[in-house]
Amino acid sequence: MTAVDRFPPLPDADMALVAALRDGLPLSHRPYADLGARVGMSEAEVLSRLSALAEAGIIRRFGAIVRHHEAGYRANAMVVLDVPDERVAEVGRTLGGEKAVTLCYRRVRAPGRWPYNLYAMVHGRDRAVVTAEVREMLARLGLARLPHDILFSTHRYKQTGGRYGRARGEA
Amino acid sequence: MTDHLDATDRAVINALQGGFPVSERPFAEAAAPLGLTEQQLIDRIADLRARGVLTRFGPLFKPEALGGEAVLCAMTVPADRFDAVAEQVNAWPEVAHNYARDHTLNMWFVVAADSPRRCREVCAEISELTGLTVLPMPKLHEFHLDLRLTA
Repeated sequence: MTAVDRFPPLPDADMALVAALRDGLPLSHRPYADLGARVGMSEAEVLSRLSALAEAGIIRRFGAIVRHHEAGYRANAMVVLDVPDERVAEVGRTLGGEKAVTLCYRRVRAPGRWPYNLYAMVHGRDRAVVTAEVREMLARLGLARLPHDILFSTHRYKQTGGRYGRARGEA
Repeated sequence: MTDHLDATDRAVINALQGGFPVSERPFAEAAAPLGLTEQQLIDRIADLRARGVLTRFGPLFKPEALGGEAVLCAMTVPADRFDAVAEQVNAWPEVAHNYARDHTLNMWFVVAADSPRRCREVCAEISELTGLTVLPMPKLHEFHLDLRLTA
């Protein structure tokens, strides 16, 4: 469980590395040396900075970022619940601990437009199967009586990475 | 459903969604337990990227730690404008994801920018260009995030 904390700013060198990694690691035999060449760092410096970022949890994982649709996960359900504020921490931890839930966030409501404050994503291969899984999960956890909805995606228009970091010379 | 992925594709995806080595020859190190050569692994990852199975191969950062923010936003878009509006919204490089969902709020996208201020600007710009209300749903607390999938 992680709060959405504020972090101290990273050094410019780290931000330059982050920006150079927007499209991923170079696919070469010495990728960290090649990355370093782009930002004016030695391979050793790149290795030590990236290890430190991983150690600090700023890199949350490192490897293949998979498009779930192409990996066979065609049914992508956003399960949303309206949980009383005083229960949301407990319910969030419970839902987040479920094997089927890949992501569980508390978000602000949009009063009058959108009552839900807890989001859980469930990915599966088949919409009917995912719906049944979600219904079973909510019933088993005693959450089925809370106002909730399941929003399946019907089309993906874009799925890329965020544009973080700051290349040297970028404002 | 995953018949376009062969056994090697699956092995690579399942083994390499986290913990990629930070070392001088990381592909050689990661290839060995998969029974692949360094070059075979590099070629396979390049191929998975070219086929769109991977969005990229590299680190996934915690946006807040980089001073940035990723905000989920929703809009109600008239059906006859949906594709055109999706194209307008996607033109912002800060829009990372965009999905149609079956609800009155039918367009859900993520604005990921290098500062919370830029996130708010992008939302305002999108609203102005499309003439539609953008509802931002900022994150208050993260209980769980593990998007590793089994291929």
